[in-house]
Amino acid sequence: MPSFSHFFHTLNSSKGLFIDAMFLTLKLTLVSILIGIIFGLFFALLKISRVKILEYISNAYVFLVRGTPLIVQIFILYFGFSGLFLIPDFWAAALALAFHNGAYIAEIFRGTIQSVDKGQMEAGRSLGMTRGTTIRRIILPQAFRRALPPLGNQFIIGLKDSSLAAFISMNELFNVSTTLGSNNFDEMTYLLIVAIYYLVLVALLTMAVSMFEKKLAISDR
Amino acid sequence: MNGQEMIRTENLNKSFGKLHVLKDIDMSVYESEVVCLVGASGSGKSTLLRCLNFLEKKDNGGIFIRGEKVSPDTHNLNHVRQSVGMVFQHFNLFPHKTVLENIIEAPTVVKKLSKSQATEEAMELLRKVGLEDKADVYPSKLSGGQKQRVAIARSLAMKPDILLFDEPTSALDPELVGEVLATMKELADEGMTMVVVTHEMGFAREVADWIVYMDDGKIVEKDRPSEFFDHPKEERTIEFLKATMLK
Repeated sequence: MPSFSHFFHTLNSSKGLFIDAMFLTLKLTLVSILIGIIFGLFFALLKISRVKILEYISNAYVFLVRGTPLIVQIFILYFGFSGLFLIPDFWAAALALAFHNGAYIAEIFRGTIQSVDKGQMEAGRSLGMTRGTTIRRIILPQAFRRALPPLGNQFIIGLKDSSLAAFISMNELFNVSTTLGSNNFDEMTYLLIVAIYYLVLVALLTMAVSMFEKKLAISDR
Repeated sequence: MNGQEMIRTENLNKSFGKLHVLKDIDMSVYESEVVCLVGASGSGKSTLLRCLNFLEKKDNGGIFIRGEKVSPDTHNLNHVRQSVGMVFQHFNLFPHKTVLENIIEAPTVVKKLSKSQATEEAMELLRKVGLEDKADVYPSKLSGGQKQRVAIARSLAMKPDILLFDEPTSALDPELVGEVLATMKELADEGMTMVVVTHEMGFAREVADWIVYMDDGKIVEKDRPSEFFDHPKEERTIEFLKATMLK
């Protein structure tokens, strides 16, 4: 085990590299979650489309993503994308993570859409609105609100999952820690350091999510 | 005698799986009439009401609106529903929209009314139900009676020819029932054609033109309130009235 003074010295001297890596991790997470939300909404809408073939497509997507390890998906998409057309590494990683997050977000949206009282749909229809208009203007706004806490949770999961992008040579937090560790023959120190960065990020996000939930709870009253 | 026929059913049948809920229902409602549907829970009265604006799909039989047979194959139901409004037991207000936004939603989205005109009409309706000071409030801040009056205003905003009420006071605390019934009575006095599923026998006796008593998916008796309550003809009606009036 490294000594305390050695640990804090290394923590301080490496902070430039780690902070850059932290921003890359955050950027990767944010982009992949945002695109994941678009994927998720799209597949959730397919799922409730009442068109059998579209439901099957949505089910297949969720089945494939949930049924295979994320690292396998990242590799398949990374090598698949780079084989098909030129794509920057960042976008290969971001899209792979988005594809993965999208399936979980689709399940979040499907759940919250279905949790909206069916009287809301009936009220919309009884006023002469079409099913599509009622979904868009009445159901989805309520479903989005209810999706915010689980989306915050998915964001935290996505942040940690983004460490797997290290395997396709993204210089995000985990990659920087293993590279520095092996260059300096000091793996444990850098692994402990990177754990701290993740803990701080997750703690900040958790606080943000719970503040958000409290705010929502107040305006729901 | 009362002018034009507004809505009529002919041999209407409806089943949920093996449960035959509506059996050969023939019923007509004329302009400006108030028809109260009464009967025990499970007698089919709410299902009948929901068939009238196609929230529930009939199995067979005909539904005629202003004399014209309406079916999903030949008519745009969204268009039909604009003239047949519905007020629900649980209000079904849109919780993410203010009272005013609830009311102008359908007129602006469906009828493409300008926001300013829809707002003007909505405020008029809110004055009518006595809630103009609640325009910018969210439904969660309202009492049950206020919610139901907003729901009535929301239905009226589409200027329907017929208004259907599905147990509009059943979810309310007893002290809030009166304000909703008063609003409904006012509407009836103005000549709105109304079909009301209700357990409020006092309201039915006072406001209805006709009472329709249903049991086991059938119309057992249809009569004027005075006849219905004072001289019921059918055995089942007498039993029902005994039970509800606690005589």
